[in-house]
Amino acid sequence: MANELARWQFATTSIYHFLFVPVTIGLAFLVAILQTAWYRNGNPEYRRLCKFFGTLLLINVAVGVVTGLVQEFEFGMNWSLYARYVGDVFGGPLAMEGLAAFFLESTFLGLWLFGWDRLPRRIHLACIWLVSFGTILSAAFIMAANSWMQHPVGYTMNSKGQPQLNNVGALFTNPTFLWGYVHVILASLVTGALVMLAVSAWQIRKREAVASFHHTARLSIAVLLPSLVLALFVGSELGVIEARYQPMKIAAAEAQWKTCKPCSFSLFQIGGGKNDHTPSQIIEIPHVLSLLATNSWNGEVKGLEPLQKEYEKKYGPGEYVPNVFLQYWSMRIMAYIASLVLLFTLWGAWLLHRGALERSKWFLRLAMWAVVTPFAMNTAGWMLTENGRQPWIVQGLMKTVKANSPAVSSGEVWASLVAFILIFTALGAADVFLMLRYARKGLPTEQPQPHRTVPATSPVLTY
Amino acid sequence: MLALHTLWFILLAILWVGFFVLEGFDLGVGALHTVVGRTEDEQRAAINTIGPWWDGNEVWLIVAGAGTFAAFPGWYATWFSALYLALLLVLAALMARGVAFEFRGKSDDPRWRRTWSLCLTIGSLLIPLLLGVGLGDLLTGLPINAEHEFTGNFFDLLRPYGLFTGITLLVLCLLHGCTFLRLRSGPPITDRARSLSRPLGWVAVALVVGFVIWTRAEVGKTVPDPVQALAILAVVFAAVLAPREQHIGWAFTCSAVAIAATVGSLFIHLYPHVMVSSTSAAYDLTVNNAASGHYALAVMTVVTIVFLPLVLLYQGWSFYVFRARVLVPSEPAGTPSQTPAAGPSGPQGGGPEPSAPSPPAAPA
Repeated sequence: MANELARWQFATTSIYHFLFVPVTIGLAFLVAILQTAWYRNGNPEYRRLCKFFGTLLLINVAVGVVTGLVQEFEFGMNWSLYARYVGDVFGGPLAMEGLAAFFLESTFLGLWLFGWDRLPRRIHLACIWLVSFGTILSAAFIMAANSWMQHPVGYTMNSKGQPQLNNVGALFTNPTFLWGYVHVILASLVTGALVMLAVSAWQIRKREAVASFHHTARLSIAVLLPSLVLALFVGSELGVIEARYQPMKIAAAEAQWKTCKPCSFSLFQIGGGKNDHTPSQIIEIPHVLSLLATNSWNGEVKGLEPLQKEYEKKYGPGEYVPNVFLQYWSMRIMAYIASLVLLFTLWGAWLLHRGALERSKWFLRLAMWAVVTPFAMNTAGWMLTENGRQPWIVQGLMKTVKANSPAVSSGEVWASLVAFILIFTALGAADVFLMLRYARKGLPTEQPQPHRTVPATSPVLTY
Repeated sequence: MLALHTLWFILLAILWVGFFVLEGFDLGVGALHTVVGRTEDEQRAAINTIGPWWDGNEVWLIVAGAGTFAAFPGWYATWFSALYLALLLVLAALMARGVAFEFRGKSDDPRWRRTWSLCLTIGSLLIPLLLGVGLGDLLTGLPINAEHEFTGNFFDLLRPYGLFTGITLLVLCLLHGCTFLRLRSGPPITDRARSLSRPLGWVAVALVVGFVIWTRAEVGKTVPDPVQALAILAVVFAAVLAPREQHIGWAFTCSAVAIAATVGSLFIHLYPHVMVSSTSAAYDLTVNNAASGHYALAVMTVVTIVFLPLVLLYQGWSFYVFRARVLVPSEPAGTPSQTPAAGPSGPQGGGPEPSAPSPPAAPA
């Protein structure tokens, strides 16, 4: 029971945390670009845009940072057996993240926020780029740690039967890491760009500062299109990697119970769960699954049944098939939404090319609602990758059921689960309230004051 | 040759000391911002004195936690799961406080501001108190079995020594916050911080002396300990200097040293244990039996040697950039103060105002 609850808690808190993370990574990058534009052309419009989106970024960072604290503590609080067992390998990247990325991100965010008109422009610009770099770097360490859980590398077993790090380079050249990390960064750029596009569309529809927000609409589409195309490509390569190291994950994502060669992809199906190994596939596309999972036209994809037998032989009796329903649908939600967003982005790019974006009522209206799509895709992507690893917490090394804290009762996990849900709901409500409030406001009216007489060190009340 | 696990114990102690010295003053300011600031402008001015730094200061705690995970997984696992409900409260406090900074000023509704002010105050009070309890428990011992798992319940965490450690650290943070405000804000905030620091100073002296005696009794030491002596000396000086008109920089230095030496002495007396088992000395967690392997520690040591000096460099620079005082706006609310900074400017106090960095460049 405590184990189940701890799983619910981890899922809830990490999914919630990851609503904010990609917005932060994506928007920090876009704000840095806006500030670079202002630095280059000196057009005060860009400065105002930079401050406008900077405020949205800061509101998000606040919630992203504090929900990340929960993650950092949770490994020890809820998963002490896991922490004890893997700390030698897994703890390293987390500590490196703090030392290399968190300090950088938080210090330079403070310098950026309080440094307007106080720091020389060039240095102030460097601050936002360091913030952006910090967010991207931070994801690298977390993805290295997570990829090790998906595909453990760079370790030997010590005398206590625990994995012990013997090659730190392997953590960062792990193929699961390389593809997964790039995929996450691209997904974050997609998220940030869609948020920026939605806000710009809202403002253009309101007919306020149309010219200014046309800049940001153009910028977001310019970032969105390549990021999305690359994310789709990298994501499908990641699928091939996962099919190699975690065949259960991919077989379950297709509800493929029997081995097939070549394999077709079902657009939609009914059944296919634990007790129904021959689902009715509604629309089948031949060869596509072979392509997705193996990169070859006639590739073989092992089914869940033979894999289960194989695992039983290797690891002893047990259930090794992840939740097929979750796998199948999270994969499709992610991929289908991504395809729709791609079409939508192409439409936007075409409108931009024709110079008709600000007049296209339907595109602008849709752009506002498209803001929910990255959150659905990101969540589905993590469901796919984390649920697909089950029953393992570390693939092949440790099962999730044996990883929670023996010292923590289910009552305590209940208490913390309820507490986190309440706190997160309150934070989410405040965040959405502020985001909408500031996204609907016009651009800040303040003008840069080039000839200030105030000493550069005298701070203003920023908070 | 210093063993790597001992080096890592020292590094973690340094991270905790760094956390309490830096976050100590911003916890103090957060806890007292409605006491030293009565009007909205005064409260905002108080909050803005720590505005650019509190987040970076907090990272010291995060790195101390993650560093424990990396270097002593056994310690991290036992400690964090044992302190379960206490850490839940710490997390709630960190979260409420963390967003309060950003959210509070984002709406003019007085109820909204009062709510986030309350979050900031309570969060800032709870964090040093609870972390102090958690640190004190390491030394006084918790029921831990042969598998290094905690076998007690929430009330086992509330050991008298742990609670005393928590209260000592809380009061030290409040005092540290007052000496900090004297350096970085203007009247009337500085006046209130000054009058607060008199009672706080002497309570802190009593607590630190009590803490030193109690710690020595806990570990049964008889030899004099220079770090404990330093803690007492520093807190006495802080108590004497803080209420004075002059020597503000020295008062701040003393409150910083007092916190550093208090936290440091706890780790010195904990070593070579990392967590004492009250069940049996055989079940104690030590730097030996809770540590990661040699390779992992070596990698983390290299990473720390590369990054920690860099962190000190840019955090130090950030402190330098925002060294001027945050004054309460004299104009109607909302207009930033145009008054130039005045008065002593650095922790050393009495020095001349350092020349301002180059003024903002004019847009092209």
